[in-house]
Amino acid sequence: MGEPRDVPVEFGVSKLVIEDVSRVFPPVHGGHPVRALEPTTLTVGDNDFVTILGPSGCGKSTLLRLIAGLDTPTTGKILLDGKPVKGPGPDRGMVFQSYTLFPWLHVADNIAFGLREKGMPVPERERIVAQWLDNIGLRSFARHFPKQLSGGMQQRTAIARALANDPAVLLLDEPFGALDNQTRSLMQELLLGIWERDRKTVIFVTHDIEEAIFLASRVLVMSARPGRIKADLRVDLPHPRHYTIKTSPEFSALKARLTEEIRVEAVLAAEGH
Amino acid sequence: MKPLAPISSGARIALGILFFVLFVAGWAYATFGGFVSKTFLADPLTMLEEGWLLLTKHGFLYDIGITIWRVVGGFTLAALVAVPLGILMGAYKPIEAFLEPFVSFARYLPASAFIPLLILWAGIGELQKLLVIFIGSVFQIVLMVAVTVSAVRRDLVEAALTLGARDRGILVRVLIPASAPDIAEILRLVLGWAWTYVIVAELIGSSSGIGHMIIDSQALLATGQIIFGIIVIGVIGLISDFLFKWANRAMFPWSLA
Repeated sequence: MGEPRDVPVEFGVSKLVIEDVSRVFPPVHGGHPVRALEPTTLTVGDNDFVTILGPSGCGKSTLLRLIAGLDTPTTGKILLDGKPVKGPGPDRGMVFQSYTLFPWLHVADNIAFGLREKGMPVPERERIVAQWLDNIGLRSFARHFPKQLSGGMQQRTAIARALANDPAVLLLDEPFGALDNQTRSLMQELLLGIWERDRKTVIFVTHDIEEAIFLASRVLVMSARPGRIKADLRVDLPHPRHYTIKTSPEFSALKARLTEEIRVEAVLAAEGH
Repeated sequence: MKPLAPISSGARIALGILFFVLFVAGWAYATFGGFVSKTFLADPLTMLEEGWLLLTKHGFLYDIGITIWRVVGGFTLAALVAVPLGILMGAYKPIEAFLEPFVSFARYLPASAFIPLLILWAGIGELQKLLVIFIGSVFQIVLMVAVTVSAVRRDLVEAALTLGARDRGILVRVLIPASAPDIAEILRLVLGWAWTYVIVAELIGSSSGIGHMIIDSQALLATGQIIFGIIVIGVIGLISDFLFKWANRAMFPWSLA
């Protein structure tokens, strides 16, 4: 619970180490194998908010799925807190682009899902769920089914569901991609607010440049397929960030630079297909 | 009429009833008008009269009760075996690889063709009737449940994995609840088929039940009774279908829009 500061927080400890990780998908029907991710080496510091920016099909989601353990790297290894990642686990919470709330569970039970799997006693579980319902402003929707919620509300619940589990790293795969612009802005502020309070290590995949800058303390730009990291920028905008920062000169300068980086890749990706 | 355009519930009910009215009217026209011999097709009034006599004088209610018990009994046995098996097949690919080819073959075996064999094995008692329905239903349920379970959205399973669910948690708290409404719908469908098997089972080697009454009536050329028996089956089927739908709605409110 660090108080908001104007200087970037210290990133002394590396939380997540990715060493020479690549992913090649085997060929289907006599085609060529697909090199989704070139050997990538990357270190993510504790409490860092990293956004991974890239055109569609650049392997950014592949990288995230490898970290989550939902996919296995072809080469290399991934270490979380010094321990190798082998398969998915509750220490790496994930929010997906598609709506993945369990449709048969109420909002409250969705948030409690991971705690239940852990075998946490009911009173403690209820306390944490109530806390998260407040954090995402959905207290009065606790007994609603996902189908009765808007897309934004569903993704808020999905974030709460992942964070209630208290993971070491929070992974988000274009979580706001399907939302309208206004809702998306509000969701960014909500997520950033949560991060400014808890300083959880976050890796956030997006193709939206503004989103990548606004949220991040560090932006990684990925190249078109085969994907690799081609730029690594710190974002030293002060916290707490207000949405008005999006019109500041510093923000615009970063945006101009990243637009250039991304444009080259987008052109390459477009030519490649 | 526009494609897929909805209609009001009043209009839906009225149109549904209209078809029944037209159907009975056509039947009445053919029989009262003398276009069809009374020997082969009774008119609607005779059918009602004979049906009333069946119910009041010939203990037809008992036959109805027996038939319902056979359907429900055989179907319940089949569901108790088939639903867990189907879930395991859908969830675990080795089990699927082991059982799927045989079940796919077995479900094309006509249940009615087993009747002579079942009479040899189990006699002409209740067990034989239950087994006909069991054989007719069990393989269908297994296969359809297996398909439903293996089609559970993969991203829900992945979400559960990242929340710390392990094998058992995935099965019990994701795959089963996710497919439960579809499984209930499968049971409703197969129960409808079970009704056709029971009558076949009762046509041969039986001394009670709706099917037995129908065979008896054939010897007497009592076509009114036969039609009454057929209509009773239809009405019971309609009621059980309605009850099933109602129960599914009550149990799975989340699956409705």
